[in-house]
Amino acid sequence: MSKLLEVKDLAISFNTFSGEVQAVRGVSFDVAKGETLAIVGESGSGKSVTTKSLMRLLPTPQSVIKRGQILFEGEDLVNKTDKEMQKIRGKDISMIFQDPMTSLNPTMKIGNQIMEGLIKHQNMSRSEARPKAAELLKQVGIPHAEKRLHQYPHQFSGGMRQRVVIAMALACNPKLLIADEPTTALDVTIQAQILELMKDVQKETGSSIIFITHDLGVVANIADRVAVMYAGKIVEIGTTEEIFYNPQHPYTWGLLGSMPTLDDTDEHLMSIPGSPPDMLNPPKGDAFAPRNSYALKIDTELEPPMFKVSDTHYAATWLLHENAPKVEPPAEVKRRMAGFSKTGEFLKGEEGEDQ
Amino acid sequence: MARYIAKRLFYMFVALFIIASVSFFLMKMLPGSPLSAQDKLSDEQQEIVLEKYGLNDPLPVQYVRYLGNIVKGDLGISFQFSNTPVTKIIQDRIGPSMQLGFQALVVGTILGVLLGMIAAIFHNGFLDYSSTLLAVLGTSIPSFVFAGLLQWVFAVELGWFPVAFWGGFEYTVLPTIALMIFPMATAARFIRTEMLEVLGSDFITTARAKGITEYAVVFKHGLRNSLIPLITVIGPMAISLLTGSLVIEQIFAIPGIGEQFVNSIMVNDYPTIMGMTLLIAFLFILIVLVVDILYGFIDPRIRISGGEK
Repeated sequence: MSKLLEVKDLAISFNTFSGEVQAVRGVSFDVAKGETLAIVGESGSGKSVTTKSLMRLLPTPQSVIKRGQILFEGEDLVNKTDKEMQKIRGKDISMIFQDPMTSLNPTMKIGNQIMEGLIKHQNMSRSEARPKAAELLKQVGIPHAEKRLHQYPHQFSGGMRQRVVIAMALACNPKLLIADEPTTALDVTIQAQILELMKDVQKETGSSIIFITHDLGVVANIADRVAVMYAGKIVEIGTTEEIFYNPQHPYTWGLLGSMPTLDDTDEHLMSIPGSPPDMLNPPKGDAFAPRNSYALKIDTELEPPMFKVSDTHYAATWLLHENAPKVEPPAEVKRRMAGFSKTGEFLKGEEGEDQ
Repeated sequence: MARYIAKRLFYMFVALFIIASVSFFLMKMLPGSPLSAQDKLSDEQQEIVLEKYGLNDPLPVQYVRYLGNIVKGDLGISFQFSNTPVTKIIQDRIGPSMQLGFQALVVGTILGVLLGMIAAIFHNGFLDYSSTLLAVLGTSIPSFVFAGLLQWVFAVELGWFPVAFWGGFEYTVLPTIALMIFPMATAARFIRTEMLEVLGSDFITTARAKGITEYAVVFKHGLRNSLIPLITVIGPMAISLLTGSLVIEQIFAIPGIGEQFVNSIMVNDYPTIMGMTLLIAFLFILIVLVVDILYGFIDPRIRISGGEK
């Protein structure tokens, strides 16, 4: 698979009154054509900042890209002007936002909101764009599309609005779709529908997806690969199977352990003690060390590099060093890992039936 | 929609009835009578005049007669100008007031919106500080200071416009500018605050993510959403502008309604006071209704249901 997007050592800071907040501190990953990459992590881990920066949607001058490259089809987006970015936004890369209740303009008919991108990027006239907008609404499963075009966002339910947002994002057949927690604000039954819709869309259009979430259940359902972010860095990245069956980083163990499962009535739900570090003064060494019960002495001194687990699987923890003591994941996590692999229920369970 | 407006018009008449009643009795409590200043009249002569205008009748009788006349559209005869009906006084005087008020309102609001938007777009930049300074000056310096300043600079020193009186359009320029400072400054402040909030909201990011130009983001998506609170303050401001500003009309010697109103109170000209009170009350209620309908045009979420759908 050829690479659509390559992010190399990206670092982003925010200048605030109290000082420089290092939201993203050297992130590297890539996305292949047609692939779905999930980025998971706690609130404040830098996942939204990373993806917003891909479209250069971060507020300036407060935010600064300190270093790094964002190579989209070989071109570095970091050095693009606003004008050049406007041609890429909505056309090659588009975005689905978290809260459908606030991400649509309340005073504009949804037809006009969908048509805007078409008129701008496809040089369509309004009369050409209208049937296309109706077609998009049908594609995302909104009935009576022609009539719905003339309605305002408040006349749609939350799930329907998210479908509208997806239709808007799909308008110009983007090569890369960034979904920033698109299901977080929706209730569970709607979540499943939206995920199905996104999978269908990907099958039809073949676009790549970056999926940001803190819900590991969603990850298992949709992603090909997973990147785990903590304190502005990727601490572990691998295929979905590798992350779920063979997690290496203690933080990933913590995330897996704190994920409720259907059959865990008598199981203890783990939590990760403490809270993420203050990014005004990122700690020396491994940022996760203070919350990590497996922390080694070196963790407080020196930041761990990315250790290779397999060709596709890397993790940034000193536990993988050859001199490190052998540590097993906590029992809870091991039981879950075993559960995943035994039943296979969690991974691509629903898709198995389709194919 | 039609039903809604009909209902509102009905309430308007109820409100006008209450206002007419209350101001009638309040006015009667004013000390003195229309003849207080007429020292030359003997007591008998005063008695004859009071009898002629029915001012010796008991209050309830006067009140009922007054209401009856209003229903017929008769606001009575002014006491200060012999045999001139109040409606005629209002007709003669309202033209200049309305024209000045309207010009000041339109120009002031448009300039204010532009200033506020510039301030919001260049948030914390030089243009923001300049327009904020302008807005603060505009709201804190009284309009008569501006009026005097304008007269001195543009009429006396430069001679571009007439210094006062009422004639053609050129006579309206200076008073309009003096009047519009306040609505302009108010609009600028409101739009700046609201625009900053709107530009930070999620749907603006969505719009940017579509790749449309920054101009379209601000004007198509931002402006309309910022107008809602402005309309709330513009309504009452419109009334005070349209019904004439006493100070500005006095300074520019404009035969408007504001000046007449105060003079009438001074001399206890009951019919004129009542007529103008009713006029202002009527305009006020009407504009509140217009504002409520305007909300619906700007924000579909509060569009009045029924009729249109």
